[in-house]
Amino acid sequence: MQEHDLSFVRAQMAAVEPPPVAEHGIGPWLRKNLFANVTDTVFTIIGLVLVVMIVPPLVEWAFINAQWSGTDRTVCATIAQGGIQPDGWSGACWAFVEAKFQQFMFGRYPIDERWRVYLTGVLFIGLLAPLLIPSVPRKGLNAVLLFVVFPVVGYFLLSGGAFGLKPVATPLWGGLMVTLVLAYVGISVSLPLGILLALGRRSHMPVVKLVCVTFIETMRGVPLITVLFMASVMLPLFLPPGTSFDKLLRALIGVALFASAYMAEVIRGGLQAIPKGQYEGADALGLSYWKKMNLVVLPQAIKLVIPGIVNTFIGLFKDTSLVYIIGMFDLLGVVRQNFSDASWASPQTPITGLVFAGFVFWLFCFGMSRYSIFMERRLDTGHKR
Amino acid sequence: MATQQTIAEGAAPRVPLLYDPRVRGIAYQVLVFVGLFAFVYWIIGNTAANLQRANIASGFGFLQGRAGFDIGDSLIQYSSDSTYGRALVVGFLNTLRVAIFGIITATIVGFLVGIGRLSKNWLINRICLVYVEVFRNIPPLLVIFFWYFGVLSVLPLPRDSIALPFGSYLNSRGFYLPKFLWGEGAGLIALAFVLALVFAWFVRRWAYKRQMATGERFPVLWTSVGLIVGLPLLAFIVTGFPLSFEFPALSTFNLRGGVQIRPEFLSLYLALSFYTAAFIAEIVRAGVLGVNRGQTEASHALGLRSGPTLRLVVIPQALRIIIPPLTSQYLNLTKNSSLAVAIGYPDLVATGGTTLNQTGQAIEIVAIWLIVYLGLSLATAGFMNWYNARMALVER
Repeated sequence: MQEHDLSFVRAQMAAVEPPPVAEHGIGPWLRKNLFANVTDTVFTIIGLVLVVMIVPPLVEWAFINAQWSGTDRTVCATIAQGGIQPDGWSGACWAFVEAKFQQFMFGRYPIDERWRVYLTGVLFIGLLAPLLIPSVPRKGLNAVLLFVVFPVVGYFLLSGGAFGLKPVATPLWGGLMVTLVLAYVGISVSLPLGILLALGRRSHMPVVKLVCVTFIETMRGVPLITVLFMASVMLPLFLPPGTSFDKLLRALIGVALFASAYMAEVIRGGLQAIPKGQYEGADALGLSYWKKMNLVVLPQAIKLVIPGIVNTFIGLFKDTSLVYIIGMFDLLGVVRQNFSDASWASPQTPITGLVFAGFVFWLFCFGMSRYSIFMERRLDTGHKR
Repeated sequence: MATQQTIAEGAAPRVPLLYDPRVRGIAYQVLVFVGLFAFVYWIIGNTAANLQRANIASGFGFLQGRAGFDIGDSLIQYSSDSTYGRALVVGFLNTLRVAIFGIITATIVGFLVGIGRLSKNWLINRICLVYVEVFRNIPPLLVIFFWYFGVLSVLPLPRDSIALPFGSYLNSRGFYLPKFLWGEGAGLIALAFVLALVFAWFVRRWAYKRQMATGERFPVLWTSVGLIVGLPLLAFIVTGFPLSFEFPALSTFNLRGGVQIRPEFLSLYLALSFYTAAFIAEIVRAGVLGVNRGQTEASHALGLRSGPTLRLVVIPQALRIIIPPLTSQYLNLTKNSSLAVAIGYPDLVATGGTTLNQTGQAIEIVAIWLIVYLGLSLATAGFMNWYNARMALVER
């Protein structure tokens, strides 16, 4: 009775036909994406002209005409400038970067002690990489190692003065190493501090709220340079007479406080986006304030604002370059300092050094933003449409 | 209902004082307050002691003192005999100048790139993507250095200046433009310009009212453009072309005459504009993508073509999404202009820093910085909030 004769329905799938010729291949792709109509064609031509104007000279400058090795400025200067290159030559002076590479990485850190920096770097990567790869287990232990044990170990390794290590004063630190130290400390301080400030700003206690709002708005209203100046000229004034304060530490305090104000605003956005029912549900379960926040609200809120948090990290990473202005030599600072090295001074030196520094900064920031996109996709539990 | 009332009327459940949230709240606040008070008291005590040891008198009296340093780039009369107060004003005006020019350029470039990112044209789309990804991921200070040390300082010396159209020159000392010399009757042109603006505003109001009443449209844009260009042009002709140019001229070592735009200003302005434009581009893109597709479809269904759809339906709604983050980008640009100190453009932070080094009045200078930048932030935020309120969704 239930049996139907379905023989009029095809029993097998038909063979897949190739898409029509007019929709397939390079010709139609070009037509669709580059020459759809007259305006499009005009824009494509403008774009092509731009590319032709920029890319070949850039490739020529960076690779073809570039000088890859040499011992001093003569390889990067034209004859008129006292070098060996023909007049009108223009190319990157990678020899400069090669000669100064160690300095760009470590500043004036004593050469005999550099194994300590390498060791710190290896430890850092060894702890960071498993934390970033989602499938590696024991995240809790890993985080404790990276954010509690590593700073102590790293401090003693880098500055020495204990366990038979020779002390290395912070004015000798420099280059990418300082950039990374500043970014690491800034990031690991600003996230928890930012969460606390955001919670304080949403608190029902007027005094706490006022303190947090004042701090956040003041920090966000002024440029980082003034905060750094404040940290470098006013901190010594605020402390009891005779207390001397490390310059790097002052910069660290300034950068961390500044970033935490921005972080607080990002986290606040997440907190506001959590429906009231979640707070009330946690209250109804009898959770205390901190349990409510830790177990219910913050996990959801932080997940929502991951892009914002990573953007703040990227901003912080870029902002570390400002410590140059208060007289410290991070990567950009060291590069800038080397422009005045007489044995390498040539018209091509500054631009090559800056392109190199820019590329390093770009790698880190771009990496962070890609990782945040990856994390966002992974954590997306499908509440969004 | 009854049970609820019994609870409401009955005595509140007895809670030990330690666990009463209200009592706890007050206790926490008292703790925070006392802690903060003690901290501030300690800081003030230390500061007073430190200042006494360094023999620095606090107060703003030092602003009347002779500055004794020169400022290369000033919008108002300034010499090394001027006061510290005037030096700070010069710095403030320079900050404002670079911020205003930077904001205008960054907005234009940012909107162009942002719209380019939305283009269906693959090539344009990719070019804009590369631009955004490059500039978003490098520090602004590096961009400033790039222009200053990498591009502008390796330009030829003044005697080999690069000649550009309209009698302008480019060399390592900056960009030289012809100077406008206004003759007699130039005031009338300015007057005509203001008059045209006022007139255009009235035309717009009248046209809006008429459209509301009758549904007839009036070409407001073209009338306004005609008025604003035409009236001053008419005044220009009537007053007998009272404009002459002073062209920069090459002499043995330098260029004479004309207007000089210094490389410090130029690098800062270019760097801030290009850097901020990348962020504005992303904001614009997000704003346009944030407008529901249904809006475009409905507009097409009503018979509007793509031009009017964009102008009347999509952009007004996208602006609502764009304006708040755009405001914070403008503020960022203004704050980033303080990076001027790294290349010696005399902005507020640079002149303040020099004053600080000479007088040692750290607290007063930092207070001035805080007040000025907070004031600028609040003013920009206020203006943009006003604009935002005008643009915001009018709910039924």
